[in-house]
Amino acid sequence: MPTSTSSQAVVEVENLCVSYGTDDDEHRVLDGVDVWVEDGAVLCIVGGSGCGKSTLLKTIIGLVSPKSGQVRLLGEPMHELPESEQARLLKRVGVMFQYGALLNSLTVGENVALPLQMHTELAADYVDDLVRTRLELVGLGGTVNLLPSELSGGMRKRAALARAMSLEPEILFCDEPGAGLDPETAAGIDRLLLSLNDQLGMGIVVVTHELLSIDRLNGDLIMLDAGRVAYDGTVTDARQSSLEGLKRFFHPDSTNAGSAG
Amino acid sequence: MTARLELSDDVLRVSGALTVASVADADAELRRLLLTNPASGLRIDLSTVDRIDTGGAVWVRRLPVVAATLGRQIEVGHLPESLLGFYEAVAKASTEVVVESESESGAKPGAEAHEPKQIEETAEHLLDRVGDRAFRDVNAALQFLYVMSDLTWATFTSLFQQRGMRRGSFVEQASIIGAQGLTIVTLVLFLVGGVSTLQAAAQLRQFGANVLVADLLAIGITRELGPLMTAIMIAGRSGSAFAAEIATMKFTEEIDALRTMAIDPLKLVAVPKMWAMLLSVPLLTIMADFVGLLGGTVTGVLSLDISPATFFNRVTNALLLKDIITGLIKSLSFAWVITIISVFRGLQFRGGAAGVGNATTSAVVSSIFAIIVLDLTWGLIFYLR
Repeated sequence: MPTSTSSQAVVEVENLCVSYGTDDDEHRVLDGVDVWVEDGAVLCIVGGSGCGKSTLLKTIIGLVSPKSGQVRLLGEPMHELPESEQARLLKRVGVMFQYGALLNSLTVGENVALPLQMHTELAADYVDDLVRTRLELVGLGGTVNLLPSELSGGMRKRAALARAMSLEPEILFCDEPGAGLDPETAAGIDRLLLSLNDQLGMGIVVVTHELLSIDRLNGDLIMLDAGRVAYDGTVTDARQSSLEGLKRFFHPDSTNAGSAG
Repeated sequence: MTARLELSDDVLRVSGALTVASVADADAELRRLLLTNPASGLRIDLSTVDRIDTGGAVWVRRLPVVAATLGRQIEVGHLPESLLGFYEAVAKASTEVVVESESESGAKPGAEAHEPKQIEETAEHLLDRVGDRAFRDVNAALQFLYVMSDLTWATFTSLFQQRGMRRGSFVEQASIIGAQGLTIVTLVLFLVGGVSTLQAAAQLRQFGANVLVADLLAIGITRELGPLMTAIMIAGRSGSAFAAEIATMKFTEEIDALRTMAIDPLKLVAVPKMWAMLLSVPLLTIMADFVGLLGGTVTGVLSLDISPATFFNRVTNALLLKDIITGLIKSLSFAWVITIISVFRGLQFRGGAAGVGNATTSAVVSSIFAIIVLDLTWGLIFYLR
């Protein structure tokens, strides 16, 4: 499998603009965004609701087409590749959606096995074994034959994480992994992400607005505001920053509460 | 909890609770009092209001505007100190409302001057909407052609390359469409066969041509009613299910998830459905033809003076291989068009739960329309002399 050796970056986004709607009624969601994710880094993308976090993530993984700008994923220009090349690139990437996005008509085990069945020649019994092990590792042993509708929200996300890990990706994207979960489950998911980063050197990009989660992951941080990058640095530096938006984000109670929303 | 409005001299005293439950009555009473009282410079006294919520605060904030629309001028007094903080917070959040004067006594001068401009704007608006609609429809037609060619090609290539499809999904779909659909399709065709016989007999009896009912039945069922009714039943039963399933998968981001796993949703989800339809619908049509003829024969024997043997002989004599084969060719094309339209409508999904309903409805309606157009086309090709 060819890999890019020319750059240390797994994600390079340059001057990215994304808009929805027609030319007359254009709603610009991202307006000149630059993002650089190093190999093996942990990056949190934060910002208020509607600031373009999820759109940025979806543009990087090819679900949304940019209006202008460059997206290089694992060193390759994602949006300029033909479909088959995009598919080849996506096999090296894992994505965990906000609500898991497990296929509801398949069991948990079949969901986790799906990428392996589609993209590898592994024997069925080996896939079965691998799936059970993966589910055990995310704390979901014994759920292989359950349907996603029989799982709780947190279990569904962990199953989605197991599925995203199926092909041992080089980088993992997570959209709001802790949203709507109890603190303990959310912390459990963060610990799983950190162990993947630590043990496998996997790059992790997390879109979130959970303060506890950002502190636990404690990596790099990008803050988006109205479609632009308002801050790019580390979580530790961001906490000390005098930037108004960051102060409001990290201490929502101490500043003007009226503007929170 | 109600609000009371009392008028004495030039002062309108509001007391009690101004809440979202009470302001409607208070508002009606206020308008009545303002209209029956010609005095300008009426003062509203709010000092005895004892409770207020957001609805009440917005009502208070709108008092001058309401008075202005009735052509009155009022002076609004202060709320009690204890309610003022809440009122001000709401008033700050509530945007300035500009209400144009409601003409109480006939048209205002200048009203005519507005009219032509309004018509112009409406015309422009209409053109805008027509253009928008046309643009959207052209776009949708292009997307449909894209889905049609993509799905047809993926179905064809899946004969040689099964990668990207789940083992067992074709059998699963064929069982849902074919085996589970068999009962209702045959039941309907049995009844349709019976009804056709009765209607044909009512006409032919007048000419003493009762016995030709069997010929008419054989031709009608195999050429038209068998394939057509089966396809319409399947569009309602399976086409709707396809559209609902795919629309829901879009809603729950399952389609996006498949794309990010480098799995082609068309190949994984739609191709097994297409194969199952291409196999099941012609098979169902054969069964439907058979049961339709049976229904017609039973009705014919019971209600007409024809012996079972004669009726059966006439039916088998009238049956042409050409009619059965054209019926099957039709049913194949119906299966193809139902699948494509249902998948397309599912993929077109927008919005929430109502969007799934819309996708389902439009899948069934468009499928049935397409089936009838195709049926007419085949009729012209096979039987036009």
